[in-house]
Amino acid sequence: MFPELNNLLNITPDKVEQGKLTLLCDAKTDGSFLVHHFLSFFLKAKCKVCFVALVQSFSHYNIVGQKLGVSLTTAWERGQLVFLEALKTSLDIFFQTPAGPHPLQFLREASARNLQPLYAFVQEALKPEDGGEATWRHPVLLVDDLSVLLSLGVRAVAVLDFIHYCRATVCTELKGNLVALVHDSGDAADEENDLLVSGLSHQSHLILRAEGLATGFCKDVHGQASPSRVIGVRAACVHSHMWIQNTGLADSTQVHRKKAKGNTQKYCHGFSLGDFSFILLGYFAFMFL
Amino acid sequence: MPRPVHWSRRGRDAIRARLSGRGQQSEMLESLLAFGGLVLLRDSIEWEGRDFLKALIKQSALCGEQIHVLGCEISEEEFREGFDSNINSRVVYHDLFRDPLNWSKNEAFPRGPLEALRAMCRPTDLRPVTIALDSLSWLLLHFPCSTVCQTLHALCRQGDSSPVERVNVLGLLHEELHAAGPLGALSSLAQIEVTLDGTMGRTSAHILYRKPRHRPAHQVDPTAHLTFNLRLSKKERETRDSLTLPFQFSSEKQQALLCSEPSQASSHIFYEPDAYDDLDPEDPDDDLDI
Repeated sequence: MFPELNNLLNITPDKVEQGKLTLLCDAKTDGSFLVHHFLSFFLKAKCKVCFVALVQSFSHYNIVGQKLGVSLTTAWERGQLVFLEALKTSLDIFFQTPAGPHPLQFLREASARNLQPLYAFVQEALKPEDGGEATWRHPVLLVDDLSVLLSLGVRAVAVLDFIHYCRATVCTELKGNLVALVHDSGDAADEENDLLVSGLSHQSHLILRAEGLATGFCKDVHGQASPSRVIGVRAACVHSHMWIQNTGLADSTQVHRKKAKGNTQKYCHGFSLGDFSFILLGYFAFMFL
Repeated sequence: MPRPVHWSRRGRDAIRARLSGRGQQSEMLESLLAFGGLVLLRDSIEWEGRDFLKALIKQSALCGEQIHVLGCEISEEEFREGFDSNINSRVVYHDLFRDPLNWSKNEAFPRGPLEALRAMCRPTDLRPVTIALDSLSWLLLHFPCSTVCQTLHALCRQGDSSPVERVNVLGLLHEELHAAGPLGALSSLAQIEVTLDGTMGRTSAHILYRKPRHRPAHQVDPTAHLTFNLRLSKKERETRDSLTLPFQFSSEKQQALLCSEPSQASSHIFYEPDAYDDLDPEDPDDDLDI
């Protein structure tokens, strides 16, 4: 996990606000590092985690997790982590008819009406243990990512309903947390995605937004021709900029290593952290009275 | 002292008011609830409207009204936060949050949420009723716009026919989630429209009141007081009514056409061909088999 992000959000693995929906939103950049952050954060906080991974394989998250100090394999073996590897599980759906309800059943349906089987999977995964002391702290649901569901033919309202039910169960009933990633295309033509992002924003307690710099590609930061995506953070409530200075590629790699121990170039593949800061859009209930 | 309310007249029916500051808040809230009908509360991600809705509910409760809340977006516990016991006792929360689509098959709303909404306005006592919809956006996303508008219209009209003094319907609407069509339809239904906005961290509410349409006490005769005569005498009226229009296909015309005899040399065509004409005496339609 990234300590800088923890500092900005004023959270530690020992001190987590429960019952909250956190929306991770990225625009013109790759916000998946936020998913890796929260995955490692909640595993370190000894929470029961259900991870619905629609985009990458288990080994990808495991490799990155190891750089961030957690082992997904160990967590899975001891029952702390329930992992739905959609890339692998979808093969069960595509090539044979499943015997019973399957969480990815919507892939088979001509017009996917709702995500109830997926919700049932989450509900089952995070239900409290019967009797005795709970081994883990509050449950957490992590979804990477929701925009891909739209590409798979699910309507935006169906995704909103799914998150609604997950929020009712995980956040309200079980006092756990929900973290979901969504891509903000910023494209006016993509109405379904806009509806999804807006609807989720209204449901969320906290929105973390990762954006490319308004000025675009910053040559000074990366020092090479390949595009360097820089993420900016602006805390709406605190109005502070958090920058990690660097002057060139070599420096950026070093700084990167200093700040987040164990990360290697492999993690930066296709996406350079380099000089980065984060955009934080706090969503606080505004007390009118 | 800053002026808390700014009024300007726009159009025949609307008075636009802008309020910022806490000075005349409860007066403003009371005036929003005075008319009955639909009060549309438009909010956005940046300027959340739920607290305004709760403020209106508090004001209703203080006036002794019974409030029914259709809660779709947050839990009952979260909604009741900030209400004291006196207000809580007047608020009836219809929980559509836990299982709105009946996935757990518990049948909390056996005939659907809209029917439950209509049932809310069949009162057991004669006190004024306030119905709060949290949120109208949820209903619009799950039901056709026309159905929602008809239900709202029926709810607002209930106050006219039933012995209940007045029915207030407060609807929370998230602007970004809907297209211009449904927003326009709800705007036209609403008696009062409150749009939440703000600058520099301060929320302001833009309030649009629709004045009730004035109906004339007597019918105005448009043909009176003219310099020319627009009136018809009885005979003139009869002649006008019995006139057959030339291009209207009536039964008389139909009979005339059907009974007409084939042409008996009643018409001829005289044609002088010139040098370039190629006249073929054969009928080109001869081979048609009709």
